[in-house]
This record gives sequence, C-alpha cells and structure tokens, in this order.
Amino acid sequence: MNFSNIDFNAMNFVTNLKYMGVGMLGIFIVMGVIILAVYGLGALFNKSEKNKNKKDS
Amino acid sequence: MFDFLYTSFEALTWQQVVMWVIGGLLIFLAIKKEMEPTLLLPLGFGTILVNLPFSGAIGGEGPLTVLFNAGIANELFPLILFIGIGAMIDFGPVLSNPKLMLFGAAAQFGIFFTMCLASMFFPLNDAAAIGIIGAADGPTAISVAIKLNSQFLGPIMVAAYSYMALVPIIQPPVIKALTTKKERLIRMPYRPGNVSKVTKIMFPIVITLVAGLVAPSSVALVGFLMFGNLIRECGVLNSLSETAQKVLANLVTIFLGLTIASQMQAEQFLQPSTLLILGLGLFAFIFDTAGGVLFAKFLNLFLKEKINPMIGAAGISAFPMSGRVVHKLGLEEDPDNFLLMQSIGVNVSGQIASVIAGGLILTFFM
Repeated sequence: MNFSNIDFNAMNFVTNLKYMGVGMLGIFIVMGVIILAVYGLGALFNKSEKNKNKKDS
Repeated sequence: MFDFLYTSFEALTWQQVVMWVIGGLLIFLAIKKEMEPTLLLPLGFGTILVNLPFSGAIGGEGPLTVLFNAGIANELFPLILFIGIGAMIDFGPVLSNPKLMLFGAAAQFGIFFTMCLASMFFPLNDAAAIGIIGAADGPTAISVAIKLNSQFLGPIMVAAYSYMALVPIIQPPVIKALTTKKERLIRMPYRPGNVSKVTKIMFPIVITLVAGLVAPSSVALVGFLMFGNLIRECGVLNSLSETAQKVLANLVTIFLGLTIASQMQAEQFLQPSTLLILGLGLFAFIFDTAGGVLFAKFLNLFLKEKINPMIGAAGISAFPMSGRVVHKLGLEEDPDNFLLMQSIGVNVSGQIASVIAGGLILTFFM
C-alpha cells in the first residue's frame, strides 16, 4: 500500500474555504443571469406568439 | 518450448485478481441491479481486460491506450456524450418556472465543500477534480479531471457513476433527516406557463452565450450540451436528435467505459487514496442534497407560498433519477402530492448548474 500520494494538512480546509465562497457566489450569479435571460426570452417571444395566435384566430 | 503457457500465470499478481473481482462486481451491478449498465458493464469488462498480465489492450499500441489518447485525454468522448445528453433533456418545466434554477445552483454546494475537504489530503487540482464528483454528472467529472490533470481519473469516474446509480439510496435518508413531516407534506400546485417554440430554440443559444461570457472555461461543456438541446428543439432535425439521444450516446458510452477502464490497472487503483476518494465522493452527493434542501428551507422563511424543501434535493444533476426520488418521497407522505414536474424542473437546472460549476472550477485552477 502506497500512502505517498496522501498528505494530510487540516489547515488546507480553512485556506480553501474562499474557493467555496467564490464558487457558490459565482454559480448563483451565473444562474441569476440565466434566469433573467429566460424571463427576457419569455417576455419577448411568448408574448409575440400569443399575439400571433390571437390574430390568427 | 511451452513456456508461453505459464509465463502469464507466473506474472499474475493478487492485486490483478482483486481487480478481476472489482470488474466482476461492476458487471454484476450493471446486469443484476441495472445500475448505469451502459457504463458500468464496459467499465467492468475493461477492468478485467487491462488487469491481465502482459495485456495487449494497453501500452503503446494497445487499443485502449490509443482510444484513451484519441478520446479521453483530449476530452472528446465526454463532450460528444454531452450532445446526446442535451438532446435528451426537455427544459420546458424550468422555462415555465425559471426561479427553479436557483435550486440547481444551491445543490452544487457539495462540490465546493468536498473540494475543501479533499484539499486536506490531496493537492488542490486533485481535490477540485474529486469535488466535481458531486456534480453527479459523469462527463463533467471526466472533463474536469482530465483538464486539471488529475492522477485519479479511474477512481473519480467509478465514484461519479456508481453514486449516480445509487441516488435512490443516498438521497432519501438525507432528505428525511433535514425535513419535518409537515414540510414534506407541502403541496406545490403545478402551473405550466406558456413557453413558445422560439423561446425553446433561443434558450440553448442564450445559455451558451451567458456561460461563455461569464465562465469561458465552461463553454465547451455548456456548448456541446446546448447544441444537443438545439438539435432537439429546432424541429427540423428530429432524426438527428433521435440518433444523438440513442445511437450516439450509447456508442460513446461504450467507448468511454472501456477506455476509462485503462485507468483501472491494479497498481494505480488499489491504493488507500481510492477508498478515500470513494468516501469523499459520497460526501459530495450528501452535501449536494443537503445544500438544495437547506436552501429551500431558507427561502421558506421569506415566502408566503411555501416550497416543499424536498425539491431542492433534485438540484443535483443526476437526471432524471433525482427528480423521481423526490416525487416518490412526496407520494410516500401524501399519495395526492405530485411534485414530479417541479422536481424535474429543478433536476434539469441542476444539469446546467453542474456544468457551470465545472467551468468555474476550471477557471479557478487552470
């Protein structure tokens, strides 16, 4: 058994918590932008399709 | 003269025999338990194939090594598989209720938390690759592990795909531990919005643009996923869409499983690090589930119309198992509580969020 590729250092957990904060914040920002984009798409195209359907009928 | 008959027997090690057993176990799980059979079966067989003394399947001219260099080392196979996955996904439920995407984001917590845990034992590039097991998304896990040059590709892939298959076992106890019966009984009436065809066509293009601008490293992953979805939604490439969903996805999965097995050689795999990675992968799935559920509970503090916090758990991207697990748990508590559409909506947003999480990790560490 080779343990050479495991090097325990508990402090790394604390040091790298910043990546967790930035990473989660980043995902929420990107998903937030996507949500806004989807609302924008809906407002733009769902409405125009509704109007088209009304005209057709 | 007949040396060749026993040379291989002499070279056989007990570690290789253990790997045969592991390969056999993967094949058993694939056939008997139907756990991700398209992947675990070739992976199991490949494991046996590469753990034969003097195996001609690996090494300089070995076909698995050639396939590895041609399709895994340059991430081609996982990306092509993403076209098939994108073609399989209907983003309709999430397009009619975009807010559900927030749960997809929250359920990526396990990735980053596990990365921090793993960094106590491994260098940061390996820790990040181990954390991405929590993406519950095989191709993303493979892509990130390759790009970060992780030495643990084999164990990471085994963990990612095994736990994806074990979602119906892993998630329910975590969900039940974090929710009260009253919360699990919350009903969420489904109000399908009117989603136009143009919106469905524009969605993959817009997502690619947004993800590409915000996290450029994710653009290959997101782009291939969204291209598959565009083929599905455009309405003029139905036969291509079906091919991508079935034939293409199945073919690539066969090669992916067999090729990844080239990383399952005894001397690489039978290490204490493998057990540790399998354990950390389990943590990643548990904390992903917890992240989604707790986020829903947090939102409930402010919302008038409460959310059933169980749907937060569907934010891990194991699609569609996770969505179904939540739906089933809802029915267990109340046979008239149908959460399927909401949970599937959260589930597909988890697919997008996990790819973006992979892209962010690549942005941090490349």
